[in-house]
Amino acid sequence: MYKYDDYDRNLVLERVKQFRGQTDRFFSGELAEDEYLALRLQNGLYVQRLAPMLRVAIPYGMLSSVQLRRLADLSRTYDKGYVHFTTRQNVQFNWPEIKDVPDMLQSLSEVEMHAIQTSGNCIRNTTTDQFAGVINDEIIDPRPYCELIRQWSTFHPEFAYLPRKFKIAVNACPTEDRAAIKVHDIGLEIIKNEQGETGFRVFVGGGLGRTPLLGSAINEFLAEQDLLTYLEAVIRVYNQHGRRDNKYKARIKILVKALTPEVFAQKVEDEWQHIKESPAKLTNEEIDRVKGFFDAPDYKTISSTPSFEEQKASNKAFANWVNRNTNHHKVQGYSIVTLTLKKTGVPPGDVSDDKLELIADLADQYSFGEVRVAHDQNIVLANVKQDDLFDVWKKAQPAGFATPNLNMLTDIICCPGGDFCALANAKSIPIAEQIQTRFDNLDYLYDLGEIELNISGCMNACGHHHIGNIGILGVDKKGLEFYQVSLGGCSGKDASVGKILGPSFAREQMADIIEKIINVYVENRTDEELFLDTYRRIGMTPFKERVYAKAH
Amino acid sequence: MPKLIKDHQIIEDNWLIIDADFEGDLPEQNAIVPLNYWTQNRESLASRKNVGVWLDSHEEPAPLSADLKSLPVVAINFPKFADGRGYSYARLLRERFNYDGEIRAIGDVLQDQLFYMKRCGFNAFSIRADRDIEQALNGLSDFSNSYQAGCDNPIPQFRRR
Repeated sequence: MYKYDDYDRNLVLERVKQFRGQTDRFFSGELAEDEYLALRLQNGLYVQRLAPMLRVAIPYGMLSSVQLRRLADLSRTYDKGYVHFTTRQNVQFNWPEIKDVPDMLQSLSEVEMHAIQTSGNCIRNTTTDQFAGVINDEIIDPRPYCELIRQWSTFHPEFAYLPRKFKIAVNACPTEDRAAIKVHDIGLEIIKNEQGETGFRVFVGGGLGRTPLLGSAINEFLAEQDLLTYLEAVIRVYNQHGRRDNKYKARIKILVKALTPEVFAQKVEDEWQHIKESPAKLTNEEIDRVKGFFDAPDYKTISSTPSFEEQKASNKAFANWVNRNTNHHKVQGYSIVTLTLKKTGVPPGDVSDDKLELIADLADQYSFGEVRVAHDQNIVLANVKQDDLFDVWKKAQPAGFATPNLNMLTDIICCPGGDFCALANAKSIPIAEQIQTRFDNLDYLYDLGEIELNISGCMNACGHHHIGNIGILGVDKKGLEFYQVSLGGCSGKDASVGKILGPSFAREQMADIIEKIINVYVENRTDEELFLDTYRRIGMTPFKERVYAKAH
Repeated sequence: MPKLIKDHQIIEDNWLIIDADFEGDLPEQNAIVPLNYWTQNRESLASRKNVGVWLDSHEEPAPLSADLKSLPVVAINFPKFADGRGYSYARLLRERFNYDGEIRAIGDVLQDQLFYMKRCGFNAFSIRADRDIEQALNGLSDFSNSYQAGCDNPIPQFRRR
């Protein structure tokens, strides 16, 4: 994990001091509401429906046990004793007081955390694969590049007032894309060229929201040393030419679409030629320095795991959990464990203070003191010895973290929705709960196989409904909350945007509607097909006919 | 006379900003004219040594590139502080067109934007009239170091670490 040096530490401390001053000036009336708004947003502070909300950055999802314990402390002292993990690997406090936020930031800075650029029209937290560095088939660990981007984008003087927010994601896995890079403003796919050199395929202009679009490749191989100057060129073109007259048309995707990806790519190329060889070009020394922070931990050599094999054979529930919630690790004798934060009745992504501390304990005892936050709002222990899995499972169960539903229908991605968010048209959490309650039979869930169900409370799409195999969007119909369903979305390698099924439904109908959709899949699937495969083969019509059939 | 922050000092501002829709003859005093007016009167204005140009937030600096040698000041307008195009324009003036005269931020210019503006090549700031210019001066030194290359230091921190 990256460790701050004096430069990093000092910058974050100076930010706390700056923000404390800004907050004082706001309370004394020297800063107007709208001026303070832009400044507090660049520090992750929103004012929400019921209270302010503070979003804290978790750079590319990496958290230490020390940081987890500090989050727990802060949630007890300044909030209601829980935090919410987001789809962009960040964490939110839902109930702080504005006056306390400078003290919260001070406390976070002591454990190398901050809320810099977690909101506002600037470059946001860079996200990546939650399995980075521990899976077999990745090209190279993407986290050092994320850290290089983090440093370059932190307080970037030219890009603090972009037309709109700007999100970058990195993927280094050729077979899967857990970072959903094609729905980001910039998606970076790490690849090797024929000479074996590391570089990036660069996608721009992906995004969700009102106009869901997949990114277009504008550079097929960008050498690693050129990463930062090229990003600078892309964002400089966007900063000057992106629309500022309409906030719904201000994302880079609209500019790329209007110009065409080819013309946009040419503008970037022209700009880049001027700065490509400037001192801003990365050095191999710097790339190596940052890579040094992500060296493999001190793995033991493990040739056999007899107790693990025995426990699996004798305990079906444990075996189920291993099959479902752990992933293959690149080092023999280790596994990647996903703790699912999706227990029915608990809003997806919410974790209470005592459970944060339990996760910290598990990390210290079994996974080198580190965890990762995943895009799907779960927590990953990336380095667990297989002979320890039974203990981890036993300890995670009472906390509700061992529901063996990873990537199943009930492993729902869900935004905070109308219960918390001022933007939402409708509540989203009760819909998740309704569906989780309806589909509570694990054997049936396993039989259904992997299905991604995503829920957003409004078209800002924080719950990524466009890229769920089944997407649910809260809409407002004359003051009443309704829900629109889309099918066929996918966030992976073969990303696609879902299509709308038809007219929207009332809240109480939702579990019935999802069940009808699932039944159409079960009746039509072939042996090897997942939900998405069946949908892609048979199309929308059979689903539509079933769901909207007149009752006899 | 209004005040101005220039090169970290508060000084008297003896330049007049000419409105975007100004027509007719320019007064004798130091004046910063809109790009349009400059383009239409380039010949007669270039001989005067006391005329600068201001760019609005939608006016890129490239059309001025041939004139920069003789311009004592280029101002960039921020109609709203959240309109960030001017940051790129200032950098291009310094780094692309090698302009070494005064680059002045005008319009909605506030304390909390000064540090970034300075890093992008601005060296003069016309603070919004309803704000305390003494206090705004503090904004120039919010941070003691930066990760990226900028006009204040073209060497990024990773080459200095």
